[in-house]
Amino acid sequence: MTVVTATVTEIDELRVSDVTVTFESNRATVTAIEGLSAVFPAGSFTSLLGPSGCGKSTLLRVISDLIQPTEGTVNLFGQSPREARTTRKIGFVFQDATLLPWRNVLDNILLPLQVGGGGSITDHADPHELLKLVGLEGRELAFPHELSGGMRQRVAIARALICKPKILLMDEPFGALDEITRDHLNGELLRIWRTTRTTIVFVTHSIAEAAFLSEQVILLAANPGRVQEVVTIDLPQPRELSIRDSMKFTNVAAHLRRVLEVC
Amino acid sequence: MAVISPVATRQAEPSRKRRRGGHRLVPIAGIVVLVIVAQILTTAFSIPVYIFPAPSDVVGAMISNYPLVLTHMWPTIFEAVMGFLLGNSVAILLAVTFMYWRSAERMVMPMAIIAHTIPVVAIAPVLVIMMGSGFTSKIAVAALVCFFPTLVNMVKGLRSADRQSIELMQVLSASKTETLTNIRAYACLPFLFSALKIAAGSAFIGAIIAEWIGSQQGLGYLIIQTTYSYDTPLLYVVMLAASVLSISLFSVVATAERLIVRWKPAEDS
Repeated sequence: MTVVTATVTEIDELRVSDVTVTFESNRATVTAIEGLSAVFPAGSFTSLLGPSGCGKSTLLRVISDLIQPTEGTVNLFGQSPREARTTRKIGFVFQDATLLPWRNVLDNILLPLQVGGGGSITDHADPHELLKLVGLEGRELAFPHELSGGMRQRVAIARALICKPKILLMDEPFGALDEITRDHLNGELLRIWRTTRTTIVFVTHSIAEAAFLSEQVILLAANPGRVQEVVTIDLPQPRELSIRDSMKFTNVAAHLRRVLEVC
Repeated sequence: MAVISPVATRQAEPSRKRRRGGHRLVPIAGIVVLVIVAQILTTAFSIPVYIFPAPSDVVGAMISNYPLVLTHMWPTIFEAVMGFLLGNSVAILLAVTFMYWRSAERMVMPMAIIAHTIPVVAIAPVLVIMMGSGFTSKIAVAALVCFFPTLVNMVKGLRSADRQSIELMQVLSASKTETLTNIRAYACLPFLFSALKIAAGSAFIGAIIAEWIGSQQGLGYLIIQTTYSYDTPLLYVVMLAASVLSISLFSVVATAERLIVRWKPAEDS
C-alpha cells in the first residue's frame, strides 16, 4: 500500500523553511520574522542569539504551534507543529519557571501527563529519575515557594522532559537568575542534554551563554527578524565551565560579538 | 553562660512575636477606654437614657432582654446566610460562564452594574412588594448586595492567571476546562475570598434593611420597634448583636481562606 499524499516530509531534523510572521494591530502590520529558514539536526544544541525585536521568542512560539506563521512551514522530524504539540514531542521551558504554586514539585512535573490528553502517553520518563537528573532528588513534596529561583527552573526543566520530548525549546530560561546560578545551571544543562540527547533550541541574549552551550549559534538580526549568520561553535565536547577561560572560547565569543554589532 | 548557637539567634523570633501579640491588645484597650469614657460622661452630665444610654444601661438591657434578642437573631442569620450562599453562587457561576461565552459578559455586565447603582434601601421595597414579607424577599435582598462585588472580583480573578501559565497550558494542548480547573480556579481564589469577606458584612446589611421594610421578626424588625419606642439601650444591644453576626460570618470566611489558600501568592513576580 502506498501513501499518496504526505503533508509533511519524513526528515530526521527540525526544519524551518521561509517562515514569515506578521502581527496585525489596529494601526499597523508588524513583521516579526521575515523569510527565516534554519535547520536543527537531531540531537543538536542550537542557540538563537540576537538583539531584542529579532523574533527569537516568536520563532519558538511558531515551532511550538502557539503562533501560526503567516507564510512558510515548520517540519519537526516529519510532523507539523500541531502534531508535534499534541503528541508531546515538544518540551517548553519559559523564562519564569511557571510552576503552579498550589502544586508540589512532583505534581508540577506530572502536569503534562494530566491535561491535554497526556494521560494516554505511556512512554514517559520516571519523575523521580528526572528529579535526580536535574539535581533535586528527594524534593518531590516541596512547594515552589520553598525553592530558590534556580531550583524552580530545574523543576521546570524536569516537567518539560517528562514526556521524553524530541525537542526542547527554552526561552531565555536562565535570564532571570543571578550569574553564579546561571553559570552552574549552564553546566547542568549540558549534562542533561548529553544524557537525554534531546534536540535543544535555546533562546538567549548572552553571548557567553550561547558560545558555551551550543554546537551552532543562529545569529538573528532585528526589524524584521531574519538570520544574519549561522556560526558553528568548534569547541571540544564535553565542555566544562573552565573552557570559558581558554583563548579559543574568547575568540568564538569575540566573533559572535562582531556579527551582533551589525545586526 | 553564653552559648553561641543557631538556637540562640532563633530565640529572637518568639520574643518578636510576643511583642506583636502585645500590640494586639492595643485595639482592645482602645475599646475599653471608650466604654469607660462613655460611662463617666453619661453619668457626669446625666444624659437621658433615650438619647445616649450609659454602657451600664446597655449591659442591663442585654441581661434582661437576651432571650428576645436571641429569638430575633435566628431569622436574620437564616436570611443573611441563605442570601450569602445564593448571591455568591450565582455570581461565581456567572463569572465561570463568562469565561466560556464572552458575549454573555457583554450582555449581563451592564445590567449588573445598573442593578448595583440602585441603593439597597430603594430596591428592598420593590422586592418586598414583589415577593411578600416572608423570608424570600429578605434572602433576595441579601443575595443582591452580595452578588455584585463577588461577580466583579471573580471575573477579575479568573483572568488574573499569568500569561505564561496559560501559554504552558496551550503547549500542553489543554482544553479550556482543564485550564479553568488547573490554573484559573486557583488563581481566582485570593480575589474570591476578598469578595466573600466584603459579602459577609453586606449579607447582614441586606437582610436587616429588608426587615425594616416589612417584617414581624428579625433584628431589622427589632431596630424599628426599639427606635419608635425610644428603647435606646435595647437598640444598642441589637446593634451589637448585628455586628457580632457579621464578624462571625467574616471569621468563617477568613478561616476557610487560611485553610484553602495555603500556597504563597506567586513565584518570581
